[in-house]
Amino acid sequence: MSRTLQAPVTVAFDYTRSTGPVIGRFLTGLRDATVVGGRLADGRVAVPPPEYDPVSHQAVTEFVDLPDTGTVTSWTWVSEPVAGQPFDRPFAYALVTVDGADTGWLHAVDVASAAEIETGMKVRARWAEQRTGSVNDLVFVPDDGGDSGGATGEPGNEDVDRIITPVSLDYSYAASPEESAFFRGLAEGRILGQRCPQCKKVYVPPRGACPTDGVPTSEEVELAQVGTVTTFCVVNVPFLGQKIKPPYVSAYVLLDGADIALQHLILDIPAEEVRMGMRVEAVWRPRDEWGTSIENISHFAPADEPDADFDSYKHHL
Amino acid sequence: MRETAVVGFAQRQMKDFDGSPSMAELLVPILAECYEQTGWAKKDIGFWCSGSSDYLAGRSFSFVSAIDAIGVLPPVNESHVEMDAAWALYEAWLKIQTGEVDTALVFGFGKASAGVLRRTLALQLDPYTMTPLWPDTVSLAALQARAGLDAGLWDEAALAEVVNRSLTDAEKNEYAVRAGGSSVEELLARPMFADPLRKHDCAPVTDGAAAIVLAAGDRAREANQRPAWISGIAHSSDGLHLGTRDLTSSGSAERAVAAAGGTAGVQVAELHAPFSHQELVLRSALGLGNDVRISPSGGALAANPMFSAGAIRIGEAAKQIWDGSADKVLGHATSGPALQQNLVCVMEGRN
Repeated sequence: MSRTLQAPVTVAFDYTRSTGPVIGRFLTGLRDATVVGGRLADGRVAVPPPEYDPVSHQAVTEFVDLPDTGTVTSWTWVSEPVAGQPFDRPFAYALVTVDGADTGWLHAVDVASAAEIETGMKVRARWAEQRTGSVNDLVFVPDDGGDSGGATGEPGNEDVDRIITPVSLDYSYAASPEESAFFRGLAEGRILGQRCPQCKKVYVPPRGACPTDGVPTSEEVELAQVGTVTTFCVVNVPFLGQKIKPPYVSAYVLLDGADIALQHLILDIPAEEVRMGMRVEAVWRPRDEWGTSIENISHFAPADEPDADFDSYKHHL
Repeated sequence: MRETAVVGFAQRQMKDFDGSPSMAELLVPILAECYEQTGWAKKDIGFWCSGSSDYLAGRSFSFVSAIDAIGVLPPVNESHVEMDAAWALYEAWLKIQTGEVDTALVFGFGKASAGVLRRTLALQLDPYTMTPLWPDTVSLAALQARAGLDAGLWDEAALAEVVNRSLTDAEKNEYAVRAGGSSVEELLARPMFADPLRKHDCAPVTDGAAAIVLAAGDRAREANQRPAWISGIAHSSDGLHLGTRDLTSSGSAERAVAAAGGTAGVQVAELHAPFSHQELVLRSALGLGNDVRISPSGGALAANPMFSAGAIRIGEAAKQIWDGSADKVLGHATSGPALQQNLVCVMEGRN
């Protein structure tokens, strides 16, 4: 058995960004199959145009329409492409100095092997048929004097003032040894905590280190499946991925024997009747649905007990 | 300026760490080593500062669970940077300069093996014109290496010499992930990975953590018999776009070292150069002559734990002062693509 539980995790979201007048002008140009450069304080033309001159820090306000041809000033061969790159087969990244510009533009060049690219090589844009106002509206190819395909399609009417950049990262996510013990316990229908060897507090889920003493928790403690609601909130707001229809209650439950509350749902009772001090017990899903997950516990439901005294949980708020 | 020294240092560097992305488990023994070295306990630390990245960990606020390792109840004076811990050290040094605290413990951690590191780092680029192309860090460094080759500033043999020296030195470093020198000929016979770079020209993906203790004046003398006094520390950054800077030199490293008081008299320099050619760029930018011993630890080509490798350079350089091997040393850290950001820390021993 592996020391820790591990699972693949994908973190994905779309960044929506406003572009501002400089980047917006550049991206509008790309949508219309035109390369737009910006003039720096020393007179040089930069592609992409920076919003501010990197040396003088003056705002870049003068723009120049440039051709879609240029020269490779440095290059490398991507032998093992990663997700999201312009090609899923080996290709070249290059710094391309567009004709009429003075700085290199980082972009991809579509050639079949490293032998087909060299510093000083002439390249031209190969424009996408459907352009959105993004650096992905083109890639560079060796310039054989042919047509760039840029003239096809009408220029858009609206300037590009925002872009959406999707981000998706894959991880192999590992729980700590202490968290792994907790999740393995759940797979057996048990709720496990661990006791700090110094302050003797019991943490659930157990932690890599006690936040008071900075030492790993060690001694395993099986906790009761009954506890006290210390605080709670009524969820009224719908959100993406929500599994229960609002209103419902998310609460901190201080299990008997624990020194830190566990967050979970309180169901089987109208939301407005949930209160601090209410005694609740774990409701497990059917055993054949269990995994190594806190979702093995469906929710907490009222236990048939009188409310706890405030003094019994006042130190855990 | 308040006299401030590096007085404690502990590290771990490993190929992969079969444990929590929060790294609390890894930090506990490292912090214990720092207490052991200085004779101090948690209550003796006036300020805490860490360096780490949520993108590397794959979860938000990843540093919060890691600070369990320092014991944050009751609350401690604490801060965090989304940078290598060398920049956390800079913040801690500033904190000591203000007079608010006399001691600080700085730490950094990262589990680079959890994702695809060279891809994850595309998130630190310009999100409008670079990140949508997902250029990986190895490719960006290779563009820099090619620029120097084309300009005649170095050749492939010079890169192989850097690798050979680093991996030979790394044989004496118990934390090295990669070690074992061979020969320039043998290295040049290996296949290209990101032409003109071979895999040995690129730092290995490394998990790890490091911690450094700083102290002012008498507190430093109390903790360490020969403290590594910081005589100059500074950092600087170059522009975002690769095309608007000369990749074969490093303006930011030049500015940082000038602000740190220069390198006259420096005997040992630990350079954070995750790619072989970057050591050559840095030697030139920092004005390091041939008589300066470069990265006796083996440097970043032997192990490069994210968010601590720069701090480890400062710690390794400080060790040269502590044991009397040198009287003046330099620790360097880098961040961002192709040496975009650079930090220089010059330290001296006093007899």
